[in-house]
Amino acid sequence: MQDDKTNAAAYWSANLRLIAGSMFIWALVSYGFGILLRPLLSGISVGGTDLGFWFAQQGALLTFIVLIFNYAWRMNRLDKKFGLEE
Amino acid sequence: MSQFMINMLFVGGSFILYIGIAYWARAGSTKEFYVAGGGVHPIANGMATAADWMSAASFISMAGIIAATGYASSAYLMGWTGGYVILAMLLAPYLRKFGKFTVPDFIGERFYSRGARLMAVLCLILASVTYVIGQMTGAGVAFSRFLEVSSEAGIWIAAAIVFLYAVFGGMKGITYTQVAQYVVLIVAYTIPAVFISLQLTNNPIPMFGMFGTHAESGAPLLQKLSEVLVELGFRDYAADVPSHLNMVLFTLSLMVGTAGLPHVIIRFFTVPKVADARWSAGWALVFIALLYLTAPAVASMARLNLLTTVYPDAAAQVVDKAEYDQILGNSIKYENRPEWVKTWEGTGLIKFEDKNNDGQIQFYDDTNTTFATEAESRGWAGNELTVNNDILVLANPEIANLPSWVIGLIAAGGIAAALSTAAGLLLAISAAISHDLIKKTINPNITEKGEMLAARISMAAAIVFATWLGLNPPGFAAQVVALAFGIAGASIFPALMMGIFSKKMNDKGAIAGMAAGLGCTLLYIFTYLGWFFVASTAMLPNTPEHWIMGVSPLSFGAIGAVINFVVAYAVCSVTAPTPQYIQDLVESVRSPKGAGAAIDH
Repeated sequence: MQDDKTNAAAYWSANLRLIAGSMFIWALVSYGFGILLRPLLSGISVGGTDLGFWFAQQGALLTFIVLIFNYAWRMNRLDKKFGLEE
Repeated sequence: MSQFMINMLFVGGSFILYIGIAYWARAGSTKEFYVAGGGVHPIANGMATAADWMSAASFISMAGIIAATGYASSAYLMGWTGGYVILAMLLAPYLRKFGKFTVPDFIGERFYSRGARLMAVLCLILASVTYVIGQMTGAGVAFSRFLEVSSEAGIWIAAAIVFLYAVFGGMKGITYTQVAQYVVLIVAYTIPAVFISLQLTNNPIPMFGMFGTHAESGAPLLQKLSEVLVELGFRDYAADVPSHLNMVLFTLSLMVGTAGLPHVIIRFFTVPKVADARWSAGWALVFIALLYLTAPAVASMARLNLLTTVYPDAAAQVVDKAEYDQILGNSIKYENRPEWVKTWEGTGLIKFEDKNNDGQIQFYDDTNTTFATEAESRGWAGNELTVNNDILVLANPEIANLPSWVIGLIAAGGIAAALSTAAGLLLAISAAISHDLIKKTINPNITEKGEMLAARISMAAAIVFATWLGLNPPGFAAQVVALAFGIAGASIFPALMMGIFSKKMNDKGAIAGMAAGLGCTLLYIFTYLGWFFVASTAMLPNTPEHWIMGVSPLSFGAIGAVINFVVAYAVCSVTAPTPQYIQDLVESVRSPKGAGAAIDH
């Protein structure tokens, strides 16, 4: 029972670490590159406009997709590693 | 064959398809009615979620809004997709593991109280009803534009179709019709976009064409667009917003609102396993992104297309800025306007008024005071062309000279977008009534058959109510949709998150948090938009200088969510701790093992 508990706790903190990392990138590409840091990136031009504009209209969306699939894939491995998969 | 007949054929054909699917997938049990039996493949669920999610507004209006405001509208693109990251990591897998039927069901069980369940039902109904009004009016608009019926008749037809497949099919019928509706709407959206991109940039993929080279001038497309816009006194397409804070909060409100909207969350209850819920969120975002990455491309290309239709010489390469005086003086004569302008003038979505009586069209920003002297020196007496935002998507096939069946497809696509979202919302409302109000609160002894009947009756009642609201929309109907996000983000999202990520959060904390989040958000919105959206009762004018710290009422959901969290933790810290069996429930929700079995309790 105690083993189950420590196992579950380790699984949960691994999950939380993965979420924290993913959410950092999530915020960085949208609120960061797309909005707040856009003036800093204005020197980098992309197709007739600046990098911040590209992130706000496309880059952030593409990053979100990668983040979710990466999370799903890494969580599946965690599920197996901790013996919690179905 | 006339355009009307072709439209009828496409729309009628799509209706037969939906009803056929609904007959094949009719629900036989409450589990099938609420969660489609829990056996939907993650990719199919991703498609259904995408259709559920993308409303008439996404399909018809979003590209037009982006075209009109450029960079400033990026909040919609990021906000309406970023919410899926939150769903995939913070909500969907755990709620799927919990394995019950509705969102209030989780809140009621996790916070071990009837009060929390009823509070959640109230939040759900407020958010979903405000949202469904926009869908019904959107369906009415789509019908009236393509099928030459009044928008009232359009709303009735939409209600009848949704009635047929939602009342009998429940979630099972809705799921598989949504899959079909997704295919219809994405094909309809993409085909004209591909052709416009080919014409303007020689690139068949709109999302690349947008950042590519404008074929006629040889300049980058977005640079060309900004250049012409600035010459006409319009805002630069890439211009920054006046308030970063407001844009951040607006984006965040849309994200947490997306994650808190019950009709989206319940879609993740329909997949077999926890892992499927995670994959499914990814697939949903892929299918949504197909449209959301195309929309900004359609927006920029259609805007440039419109400008070069009015000022044909502006499309060519312009080396010297001084040339623009000549180019802009040589605008198109009204009598030479293209066919599609004539077609859409008939609907009143494009209007022309020759203010300076020169027979030419002048299209510029006459509200820009710094540009007024330049306009006057050119002999312009005001903007002469009024273009409704929705035109850009609706008229796309004609602008690109595509055959008339593409227009029929757009008609079917717009209607599919409205119907799929309306059906998802109505299911969320009816399940909350029949399951959470009737079965779990009023009459726990109700039989399976009785609950099914109750679910169908509440679905029918919800459709009638939504139809009535669609026919008599409150003021600010368009904004009402955006407000649903504020309500869901400030009330439901924080409660779900605390229920999963905190073992300590207790019943009283959660109820107080939801009440505070919902109350503050409604108060802030009503202050500026009027009580219950009756404009005359607004207490402050809805303009940036009157907003507290420049925060627009539409951006308030994120602040409402913070208020929810703070109040919940404050109340929780001074009230009785959660019992052990609830802490065990949270433990079990966090572990994916055994989700398949959990559903039949």
